Amino acid sequence: MPSLGADMVSGTLVEWRVKAGDAVKRGQIIAEVETDKGAIEVEIFEDGVVDALLVAPGTKVPVGTPLATLRGAAAMPPSPAAPPTAAVPPSGPAGGEVGRGRQVRVSPLARKRAAELGIDPSTLRGTGAGGAVTMADVEAAPVPARAPAPPPPPVEADRSAAMRRAIAAAMSRSKREIPHYYLATDVDVSRLVAWLERRNAAVPVAQRMLPAAPLFKAVALGLKEVPELNGTFLDGAFHPSAAVHLGVAISLRQGGLVAPAIHDADKLGLDELMNALRDLIGRVRGGSIRSSELADPTVTVTNLGDQGVREVFGVIFPPQVAIVGLGRITQRPWVAEGRIEARPVVSATLSADHRVSDGHRGGRFLSAFERLLQEPEKL
Amino acid sequence: MTPTPPRDEAIGLLRDMLRIRRLEEKSAELYSAGKIRGFLHLYIGQEAVATGAMRALTADDAIVATYREHGHALVRGITAGAIMAEMYGKASGCSRGRGGSMHLFDVSRRFYGGNAIVGGGLPLAVGLALADRMQGKARATACFFGDGATAEGVFQESLNLAALWRLPVLFACENNRYAMGTALDRAQAQTDLCLKATAQGVPAGRVDGMDVLAVLGATQDAVRAVRGGEGPRFLEYQTYRFRAHSMFDPELYRSKAEVEEWKKRDPIPAYVRCLESEGLLAAADLERLEREIAAELSEAVRFAEESPLEPVANLLVDVCTPRPA
Amino acid sequence: MTVAPAGPIRMTYREAVRAALREALAADPRVFLMGEDVGRYGGTYAATKGLLEEFGPERVRDTPLSELTFTGAGIGAALGGMRPILEIMTVNFSLLALDQIVNNAATLRHMSGGQVSVPLVIRMATGAGRQVAAQHSHSLEAWYAHIPGIRVVAPAVLEDARGMLAAALRDPDPVLIFEHAALYGVEGELPAVPRQVDLDRAAVRRSGDDVSLIAYGGTVGKALAAAEQLAAGGISAEVVDLRTLRPLDDATIVGSVRKTHRAVVVDEGWRSGSLAAEVMARIMEQAFYELDAPVARVCTAEVPIPYPKHLEDAALPQPETIVAAARSLVKPRG
Repeated sequence: MPSLGADMVSGTLVEWRVKAGDAVKRGQIIAEVETDKGAIEVEIFEDGVVDALLVAPGTKVPVGTPLATLRGAAAMPPSPAAPPTAAVPPSGPAGGEVGRGRQVRVSPLARKRAAELGIDPSTLRGTGAGGAVTMADVEAAPVPARAPAPPPPPVEADRSAAMRRAIAAAMSRSKREIPHYYLATDVDVSRLVAWLERRNAAVPVAQRMLPAAPLFKAVALGLKEVPELNGTFLDGAFHPSAAVHLGVAISLRQGGLVAPAIHDADKLGLDELMNALRDLIGRVRGGSIRSSELADPTVTVTNLGDQGVREVFGVIFPPQVAIVGLGRITQRPWVAEGRIEARPVVSATLSADHRVSDGHRGGRFLSAFERLLQEPEKL
Repeated sequence: MTPTPPRDEAIGLLRDMLRIRRLEEKSAELYSAGKIRGFLHLYIGQEAVATGAMRALTADDAIVATYREHGHALVRGITAGAIMAEMYGKASGCSRGRGGSMHLFDVSRRFYGGNAIVGGGLPLAVGLALADRMQGKARATACFFGDGATAEGVFQESLNLAALWRLPVLFACENNRYAMGTALDRAQAQTDLCLKATAQGVPAGRVDGMDVLAVLGATQDAVRAVRGGEGPRFLEYQTYRFRAHSMFDPELYRSKAEVEEWKKRDPIPAYVRCLESEGLLAAADLERLEREIAAELSEAVRFAEESPLEPVANLLVDVCTPRPA
Repeated sequence: MTVAPAGPIRMTYREAVRAALREALAADPRVFLMGEDVGRYGGTYAATKGLLEEFGPERVRDTPLSELTFTGAGIGAALGGMRPILEIMTVNFSLLALDQIVNNAATLRHMSGGQVSVPLVIRMATGAGRQVAAQHSHSLEAWYAHIPGIRVVAPAVLEDARGMLAAALRDPDPVLIFEHAALYGVEGELPAVPRQVDLDRAAVRRSGDDVSLIAYGGTVGKALAAAEQLAAGGISAEVVDLRTLRPLDDATIVGSVRKTHRAVVVDEGWRSGSLAAEVMARIMEQAFYELDAPVARVCTAEVPIPYPKHLEDAALPQPETIVAAARSLVKPRG
């Protein structure tokens, strides 16, 4: 059972998408599991042939329980960068001395930190007392690309209560550990609105672009200019991210929210971004989010414009270091060249981690955001 | 022979003995009914000792008693209601319900508790007397204990220290002949308890503990010496407990005949006869006393019954003294 | 009028205790000393030397060999408005007074429904290391620390030897002060004007990052020596002096463990049912997920303290055994 975040302690196997004997490729969806956060598809990170399915659909098992065995693939060691995933130990009855699912001694602190980092501690060689994996061993291991999730709440039958706890844990940790600073600016988006109107007039309703797409793209491009806002803060150090995986806060019907990532948002065209957003929202509400999408945003954007909210100051989702808040685009009095006129305006805010950046850098991001929106056709 | 005091005072002694007797009888009844729990040690038969001795002490003096102390507490002035509520475990009890039958306290009356460690109160009394001495207060501390306590090392130690430092302690030994179920001569080679006291340098005297006037007279003399700075005194009150050691005691260690023999010397009828012979008590007086005491006790039981239990939230209160913030 | 010297004063632990006693006697007429050989003899460990001459026999009272009774008398005197300070020669002898401490001093307040307090201070020597064998060497602090209603403190440094008595006298409840007998001769410097000490807090005697050495009384010095050796080997040890054994200062203990993620509890008591066990349990309860190694402890071997020096040394926690325990938990840096 893959750990899809440190807030997950167990999961229920809902459905196998493969059977014994099937050849599987890295990245293929092999199963669906039900978690506190919803149904999540399990992808496999190695090529091979499914040897045996070990867990029957409907079974709830703790994280770390092997779900299936894999054979055929070269006895490659598990990639250290591989995230926790369906347990696929090397084939053979003996198993490996170091490998997933192995019973190992792990110090409580190391176990906690490994979960935060998305590392399977059973893949590490312990150097502590009695051969236990210590925090130093975890820290010495390569940090996987996937970012952590908030600390674990207890498993709970009531999923929305469990999600509430997960959010509570993450947000409490954020407010406890992250010294937030907050900036806000109002942006004249008359050019953007005009450009969207022109563009949308020419396409069918289903292909109309919402303002969110260019706004998100401007966020992603702005972040490229101020890299201190894009990445993770772990073990006392900031790890900037080259890619911009833009987490999008999406509320759920039953309450709560998730913030899955639009990967490489800075590189997507506006149409691709709009499609990605539609797809994401659809799958979130339909309950088929992929673990990797939940696990690896490098920054989050929260858009409460459609709720009529004027501005929102978000709480940073650890271990990210910033969250951008967008309000509703409204007609407001705007002073331009000494005259007051009504213009569409959006309030953009930044909550950022003061351990990593200062208000001056944060301000540069908001300036970039504003500048980028003045030329929507270039986004 | 101690002379009979004036009528009011004489009747008062009878009233106190009767109050103890009826309180103890009511307690036994309520114990059987499950209202009072824990250990219950009855004083029936020994009433003359607490009544006479307490009358010889003033409100300034301090009292240290044992786990058989309902009578001492009652005649010291703790109300029957506060005693009964304590035995019910109610917050309105004289020890807030925390002590029960064996630990009745009322510091406002300088009643420093029933102590349920045999001999446990002896050094406390020595210390209270030491504090008085060091603060220049001419008052006495009376320590009640049984014959069983004289077998404890702390008895010798306490008498020695009090004598060595000439402290104002009255060692009031109620010799009821049994340490729980062990007769004095089965436990101690030296059965003359006064000799044990004098061996530690404490002047000692022996009193008929079934005669309230004798108890009063002897205690007055002893307390006068103690308070006068002559050092400690030891009094052995020879008495007898009519009831079992506690409620759960089949009394295998003594014969019914022995108990019956002692009951002939019951201090209450003996004193009634004495008062009647002196024309101080009429039958109507006795009936009136009984009526008043019955009313006092039924009020006490009502008070105990109706008092609330302390909330469990207060469980840890009074483990340590609250600090000023 | 005397003018206090401005600079720090060099003195022994014994002199610090004596200075505290003298100050207490001078400050409050309700305070008096009582114990075996505290007067003419000057105290078994000479802590009370000269006080009889200074304050007279009413306030510095030699008692008979009656631990149970003079302890009970101390309780009675406290009930009667005095502030007695008792000296019991060693914790081994205090067992003769255990009944009064446990059944009266600790319970009277609760049993009376809060009507009385027992403002009593009992000092006693504890600990081994002087080749005085099994009836003068034991560390039974844990027994007393088990009991609600009393406070138990262990001054490990001069400042506490000087300051804890006054704090104990301000406490309205019974306070037991355990002075490790091997410390009386330790010399150090104290400010001319004594500082008030807090009886509610443990103290970090040395700051470190890799492992917490949690000790009290006579083992604090050994833990500091161990920390020095560990530092030479690239391990940064923090030394926590519990100071108050009841009630334990969980916040300081857990705070240190949160920082270092490893702990060695050092306790001159025997291992089974020890204070070390209690401290470890609290770490498990409150900092389990901060631990990067099992909590270790160094206690006295489970043997009545033997007379010969080599065996006594082997029985007791030593800097070397503390170092070994710490090294088993933490790899040196770099």
